[in-house]
Order: sequence, then C-alpha cells, then structure tokens
Amino acid sequence: MIDSVQDERVRQIPWWRKALIRPELGGIVGTIAVFALFSVFAADSGMFKPQGILNWSIVSAQFMIIAVGACLLMIAGEFDLSVGSMIGFAGMMIAVFGIVLDLPIWIAILITFVICAAIGAINGLIVVKTGLPSFIVTLAFLFILRGFTIFIPQTIERKTIIGGIKDAAEGDWLAPVFGGKIGQPLFTWLGEAGYIDTFQRGTKQGQPVIDGVPMLIVWAILLIIFGHILLTKTRFGNWIFAAGGDAEAARNSGVPVGKVKVLMFVFTAFCATVFATCQVMEFGSAGADRGLLKEFEAIIAVVVGGALLTGGYGSVIGAALGALIFGVVQQGLFFAGVDNSLYRVFVGVILLAAVILNTYIRRLITGER
Amino acid sequence: MSEPIIQMRNIEKHFGSVIALAGVSLDVQPGECHCLLGDNGAGKSTFIKTMSGVHKPTSGEIIFEGKQMAFSDPAAAITAGIATVHQHLAMIPLMSVTRNFFMGNEPIKRIGPLRLFDQRLANRVTMEQMRTMGINLRSPDQAVGTLSGGERQTVAIARAVHFGAKVLILDEPTSALGVRQTANVLSTVDKVRKQGVAVVFITHNVRHAMAVGDRFTVLNRGKTLGTAERGGVTPEELQDLMAGGQEMVELESSLGGTV
Repeated sequence: MIDSVQDERVRQIPWWRKALIRPELGGIVGTIAVFALFSVFAADSGMFKPQGILNWSIVSAQFMIIAVGACLLMIAGEFDLSVGSMIGFAGMMIAVFGIVLDLPIWIAILITFVICAAIGAINGLIVVKTGLPSFIVTLAFLFILRGFTIFIPQTIERKTIIGGIKDAAEGDWLAPVFGGKIGQPLFTWLGEAGYIDTFQRGTKQGQPVIDGVPMLIVWAILLIIFGHILLTKTRFGNWIFAAGGDAEAARNSGVPVGKVKVLMFVFTAFCATVFATCQVMEFGSAGADRGLLKEFEAIIAVVVGGALLTGGYGSVIGAALGALIFGVVQQGLFFAGVDNSLYRVFVGVILLAAVILNTYIRRLITGER
Repeated sequence: MSEPIIQMRNIEKHFGSVIALAGVSLDVQPGECHCLLGDNGAGKSTFIKTMSGVHKPTSGEIIFEGKQMAFSDPAAAITAGIATVHQHLAMIPLMSVTRNFFMGNEPIKRIGPLRLFDQRLANRVTMEQMRTMGINLRSPDQAVGTLSGGERQTVAIARAVHFGAKVLILDEPTSALGVRQTANVLSTVDKVRKQGVAVVFITHNVRHAMAVGDRFTVLNRGKTLGTAERGGVTPEELQDLMAGGQEMVELESSLGGTV
C-alpha cells in the first residue's frame, strides 16, 4: 500500500521552467527579437508604415498558410515535401481548367481543390498502408507533381506560364474569396480621416495607400484559428498528438491513427491549394516554377515554432510565429538594405538554433537525461 | 467459486506450419488475479493476443460472460470489456497525463455547433483517479515522460479500469521495473482486483506472480501444464514447470540456486 504522501523529490518546478516547456516559447522570443532588431536597423525605411506593414504581412501570411498544414502534419508524425510542387501544380490546374478548357473560374477552383485533396490523400494512404517514411513518399511526389506542372502547359500551350486569369475571373463569385480584399470602407475612412497616407497624384489621387486587407491574410488568420482550436481543444486534436507521439500506443488505445494521418495529408494539400489559388488570383497567371522550396520554408517555420521533427509535440500558434519571423526578416532585410542572399544564412542559423533548443526542451518535458 | 467471467477452451493457434498454441485452456474469475507464467517463446503473447482480439484462434472457444465470442479486432474486445496494458506501448511520454488518460475516450462538451474536448472534466477525473491509485501529480498537465516506469503502468491500469475493463490483461508489467516500482505496480494490481476486476497477469518472474496471484497457469511450448491454486504450489515448482523441468534443475544447482 502506498501512502499518499508528497514525494520530497517531486519539487515544484519554477515558473521559468514551466514557460520553457511551452512549444511557443522559441517563436515568441524570436518574434520579439526580430521586431526589436528591425525597429533599430530599418526604422527610417518605411517598414513600419502602413505600406511596409502590409508588405511583410502578406509575405508572412503566405508562410503561415502552408505552415499551419505542415505543423499539424508534423505533430501527427509525418512530413510533406511535396507542398511546393503542390502549389505549382494547383495553380497550373486552375489555369488549365479556367483558361485552356475555358470553364468558369469557380468550377476550376473547386476541381483543383478536389484534385489536390485527392493527391494529399494518396500521399497519406501510401505512407499509412506501406509504412514507408513520408520523407521518401512525398519526395517522390515532389518530382511527380513538378514534372506534370511543367509538362502539361508545355504540351497543350507550348509555354510554361499561363496568363489571363484576372480577366477570366472578372465577375466570378468564388475568385474574390482568394484574390479579393476586405475592409475597403474602413481604409477609405482611415485615409480621409488622415490616419493613413493617401495618394497625392495620379489616377488614385485621394485614395488611401492601402485599400483593404488581402484575402490571403484573412485565410492565414482563419487557418491559424482553425488549426489551433482543432489541435488543442478537440478530441481529434488529441488524436493528432497521439498519432505522432507513438502510433502503436495510440492504436492500442483505439485511436484511428491511419485516418488521422491521411486527413492531415489532405489538410496540408488543402493549405497548399489555398496558397496557390491566392497567388494565381493575385498574379493573374500560373507558372510552372511557382512554390519552389516552399516545403522547406514551411517545415522550418514549424520547427522554429517549437514543433519536434519527430512528431507528437508542437503548436499552431508557434508555427504561425515562426512564419511571421520569416516574413519580417525576409522583407526587413530588404528594407534595411541588406543583400538578400544573407536571408538564406539567417534561415540556416535560426533553423539550427531552433532544433538545438527543441531538443533541450524535449529533455525537459520527458525527464530524459 | 463464482462463474468465470472469461473462459478460454482448448485454444489452438497456428501460424503457417508453426504451432504457437497447442490447446490451451484457462478461466478467470471476477476479482481474481490469474498469473500466466512462461518462458520467452512459450506462447504467452500469442495467447493474450488471442484473448484480446488481435489474433483469431485456429480452433477452440472463447466464452465471455457466459456467451461464446469471436472478437473481430482489439476494439471489439475493448468494447466488450477486455483491456490490455502493454509492457512498453501504453503511454505517450510527450503528452500530458490527462491527454494520455483519455486518449481515444476524450470527453466531449458542446458549445453551440462545436464539439470540444472537455479539458476541465478530464483533468478533474485524472487527478481523482491518480490519487486513488496513490500517485501525486504536480498537475494534470504534467507530461507522462516525467513519471517513473511504475507510475506509467499504474496510469495505464487506472485508465483501463476507469473505462470499464472487466478483464484486465497485464503484459509483463513489472519486467522492466526496479524493486520499489514493482511493489507499487503489484499493489495497484491488488487494488483493482479488490474492485472486482478479473486480472490476467503475464510474467516470467515467479516471485512477482506469487506476490499477487490467486491462481497460476504455466505455459510451455504452446501447452499448458495445468493450473495451480495459491498455496498449492511452491515457487520452485513453478520455476521448474516454466523451464520445462530437468535442465533447469541442473542449471540451478550449478548456479547455487540464485535464479
């Protein structure tokens, strides 16, 4: 019989240790550091004026959209290296259906979502059914999808960029959901009231320099909220942690591990398609080289956000902060007049630092020595 | 004696040409701890996997609560009330005790159209259950990785009992534990037995078996060598039965009786 006495060796952990085992910590510290750094070095560059803020917000939002998918998938214990190729492929599909086959844009978008979700499901099913590492399976799809993305437009149009999507999307009901802006009246009012600058000359004279929040940013925020609630507040979220923490133990407890993983692959593909659709609507064209290296940027943002590469631990908020850090640094270096190639150096350094920190945190959580 | 809650009659299991189980019979009463002993490769794992629905027996009958059963998968066995606590694969170290405790059985609260994980209820139940089992948690958010091996087994056992296990299969719960932790797990076994749960305790350690067992069944090379009552068998006899008798006697004398 064990008495319910307090074990004297179980000491109360200090608050800083408690804070340290929250996955978001690295992301929060990094975000503060990055903002502090650029408010010193890029203060006069307009980085923190409305247009500058919009600039790095858009770039950050792009990272966030794919980071949310990559984050949930990584916590479920898998990777998707085909995200970048999926972005290129999805954009090309919209162009092929909407321009080449001349379908209404909303049908083209919906078909693309269905195709890409199906490819995500195939990725997931292969990983779950064969037990192969997702690294290899999705690496194969990285090449397969990129190959098709180049082959299809070259074969039917003899070029690698298909344009004219802006005209085709004119008056479409679904296209503005990805390519539109919201809050125009608010910004018009802000401009008239003098809170933000207005154009002084030209055809836009009197209009505010920012005329609304791009849907890209709205999507990023919605996906982050959805991902965060799903992960931390629902039964399914517990299954995501369980599937990535120890698939066998989860299975023994009745968690449908295969289903969870396949659904996370589908969600990652969904996020990539959202990214692609927003990009295509913004540029008005689809290019065969779109989304190059995006899979790595997503994974790095997630790791900087505190997730473990081995799965079972991480946070959507952390991943979003990781994405914000990337967006701010990438654009901030431009504003500060630093050569853009240094951005890559930064990415490498911060990745290494994050992984080392995460390993240390993992030991704290599990009590390993 | 009352009616057994589960009876395994003449269970045979063949894997291709390999006969893993050659007619094993065993029954367990509610509130009893039935120890299943056997050396590595004796067929213990195959037997409990048959019991818990992982394997289908090649021949033989499983009678659970008076009815003949054929479990299609482990989930069906769990639903019926047969739970297995595995040696290693029970808990996820990175997840909190609460999240582990309710893994696969998360309580739901509804907020409008949303169906959310009722974290507050889950935390409260976890703390209560852990206290009854004699484990003081710092907080329900504490990761399972910070618990000792014995405490993890205890969490797993408490979880199985909380979710309605009538038959609890413990697969070598003490094999990787130290002396003190083993004692804790054995006392947990004793507690759940007193709640009326039928416990099947798999081990190859005779002393652990003698500490909590009411009856003992020894498996050797896929066959059962009979079931003994508590008090009707000595540790030495069990040891000999497990090892198959003769060679062990010789070995033991050469080792000075330390095995």
